[in-house]
Amino acid sequence: MSKININKSWKYDEALESTSHINLKDKYNLFIDGEFVKPLSKKYFKTINPATNESISEIAEANEKDVDLAVKSARKAFKSWSKLYPKERAKYIFRIARMIQERAKEFAVIESLDGGKPIRESRDIDIPLAANHFFYYAGWADKLEYAFPNKVPKPLGVAGQIIPWNFPLLMAAWKIAPAIACGNTVVLKPAETTSLTALKLAELIKDSGLPKGVVNIVTGAGKTGAAIVNHPDINKIAFTGSTEVGKLIERSLAGIEKKTTLELGGKGANIIFEDAAIDQAVEGIVNAIFFNQGHVCCAGSRLFIQASVADTVIEKLKDRISTLIVGDPLDKNTDIGAINSVEQLNTIEKYIEIGRKEGGEIYQTECSLPKKGNWCPPTLFLNVSQSHTIVKEEIFGPVLAIQTFRTIDEVIEKANNSPFGLSAGVWTEKGSKVFKLTKELNAGVVWANTYNKFDPCSPFGGFKESGMGREGGLHGLKSYIKFE
Amino acid sequence: MSRIDVLKTYKIFIGGKFPRTESGRFFHVKNKKGDLLANMCLSSRKDFRNAVVVARNLQKSWENTTALNKGQILYRIAEMLEGRKSQFISELLLTGSSKSLAKKEVEQSIDRLIYYAGWSDKFQQIFSSVNPVASNHFNFSSPQAVGVVSVIAPNKFPLLGLISVVAPVIVGGNSCVVLSSEENPMISISFAEVLNTSDVPHGVVNILTGKREELIPHFASHMDVNSIIYCGDNKEEIKSIEQLSVENLKRVKIYKRKKWDDKQSQSPYFIEKCQEIKTTWHPTQV
Repeated sequence: MSKININKSWKYDEALESTSHINLKDKYNLFIDGEFVKPLSKKYFKTINPATNESISEIAEANEKDVDLAVKSARKAFKSWSKLYPKERAKYIFRIARMIQERAKEFAVIESLDGGKPIRESRDIDIPLAANHFFYYAGWADKLEYAFPNKVPKPLGVAGQIIPWNFPLLMAAWKIAPAIACGNTVVLKPAETTSLTALKLAELIKDSGLPKGVVNIVTGAGKTGAAIVNHPDINKIAFTGSTEVGKLIERSLAGIEKKTTLELGGKGANIIFEDAAIDQAVEGIVNAIFFNQGHVCCAGSRLFIQASVADTVIEKLKDRISTLIVGDPLDKNTDIGAINSVEQLNTIEKYIEIGRKEGGEIYQTECSLPKKGNWCPPTLFLNVSQSHTIVKEEIFGPVLAIQTFRTIDEVIEKANNSPFGLSAGVWTEKGSKVFKLTKELNAGVVWANTYNKFDPCSPFGGFKESGMGREGGLHGLKSYIKFE
Repeated sequence: MSRIDVLKTYKIFIGGKFPRTESGRFFHVKNKKGDLLANMCLSSRKDFRNAVVVARNLQKSWENTTALNKGQILYRIAEMLEGRKSQFISELLLTGSSKSLAKKEVEQSIDRLIYYAGWSDKFQQIFSSVNPVASNHFNFSSPQAVGVVSVIAPNKFPLLGLISVVAPVIVGGNSCVVLSSEENPMISISFAEVLNTSDVPHGVVNILTGKREELIPHFASHMDVNSIIYCGDNKEEIKSIEQLSVENLKRVKIYKRKKWDDKQSQSPYFIEKCQEIKTTWHPTQV
């Protein structure tokens, strides 16, 4: 088979997205009770552009007292927000959706600057989905009694929400939209490496006229998160992040009546059968693991190829990834952006080293990497098995562990043999095989002949140690209501 | 000369068999006057672990049994119980229930089984959705059994409580290991005899008798149990269950209700408690 070697013979001209229209301050305060207020902690930390490792802005670090103020503001706002006519609640949320659409470009650029993801992804996926999420849940606000037959749904109260750095604005939307649509008020903490779009959202929320205190945004790292989790006047904790931290949260809430939803780690199995449309499957493999630099909890990080087509698929895959461009997140040509932080890059490199040491056969593309910043080329590991560390543990980077299989039963067994159960992918042109697999795989989301697709009306969430509860869709409402 | 009654030996119920506890231990169950009613098995950690192995092995095939068939099997349990109504009423009388209450409890138990038998092929329709995504995909979400469930059954309503908790678990395709009412365990083992003659595959329901204090830590911490149901309101026990369940993120369901004979004691939401929602995507563009 002839190899296309686009990287060596072709060179793309830069196609940089302009940053002239974005508006960033040197310093960001906490958003509490509808105002930006200085932190009582008096502390600020820098937020870094991972593509250059230069500071973009300073962000307030909320301590326990700051969190307490935010909770008090949310509690006060809950009284009137929960009693507001639901159709009026809806209109505020629709308004937020619209305003995100109006300012989509600004949000997309800041998302890529602060988090390192390719502008194509923030522009086409993150920001539109975030707006759509508000639009979807806005419509539910005055229709909740239709969602739960024979029950009367009521809001929970104040929700404490802690979100990760991989989809900063989108995760904020996933958390805030259903919570306030159901009549709750929120205290949200963005991840410390990607606070900017949440703070821009706070500006937008202020502009929207949403009643004060309905949404409060406090920035900071793990300590700020712990202050939220342990605050006695919070009724609900929603967390997206690592399984390790999710378990810490659950432990600290044992015996305390706080509803929780957890959206945690994963090690998605992506299964290619011999009767799959191979070229489409190869695209699917790339999208499954290299989307957002692999910083995706539902990434298809375990690839299973049926033995009869393994050589072909691997060769095509190597060919395909040799064309992937790693580089400036703001360049529209870029396929794989910057690794979100130095710490995450260290984690990924540690896993690559473990993979080598345990005998995995590594394959990395020879793409050029920028001199400054955090980068990792697309990486494949062959000759690994179920017991290898890089097959078992979540890496959260562009690293794919490849195994082969012979029979359906074997691959179901292998795919399910993991403490995680967030996502899975199946590639076959045979309908009965699709449904056999999607039925048997223990995962909350199963993509057949596609991967990494998201939609506001599609419930998302994990089995087993990948989390509890669902976000998105009709089923996502349940995380934010109680029955009378 | 009057005839000597034959007393029943109560054992435990694992995988469709009635073994004694491997620990060889027992505890007394007495009536209100203090007369000995039975020497019950004081089940151990090992009994529980054995039961989980059986429940796990059986779970997938039970889940894959058609909904129609599962419904008929639950209905069959009700039929068997109806046939042995008088035995169950007199057993409840032995342990202090009044005549009218005993009759009511048994009859409600039968009706509850039939209620859930009927849900077998319907709850999925209530809790599923087809999701109109904004792309060329067919997308749907539907419930799937969570897997193996450990159950600390209610202390009050020893028959009706147990059935109210177990029926929604199994009709949803789960298998379970149950610790019966500690105060009044005898009737759970008689109910096991009903299960064993009702076409319920061996191992779908396993019933142990014993002490909450001893068994709760194992019910909550076992790594191959997906969910735990606790019936009661003991704060210490609840906290301990919630702590121990974290290691494999077991789904913890707490039922604090004191009554199991009112309208709120049955609903498809009890089935939903032990279900996971799975969302499936497939392209529609050719």
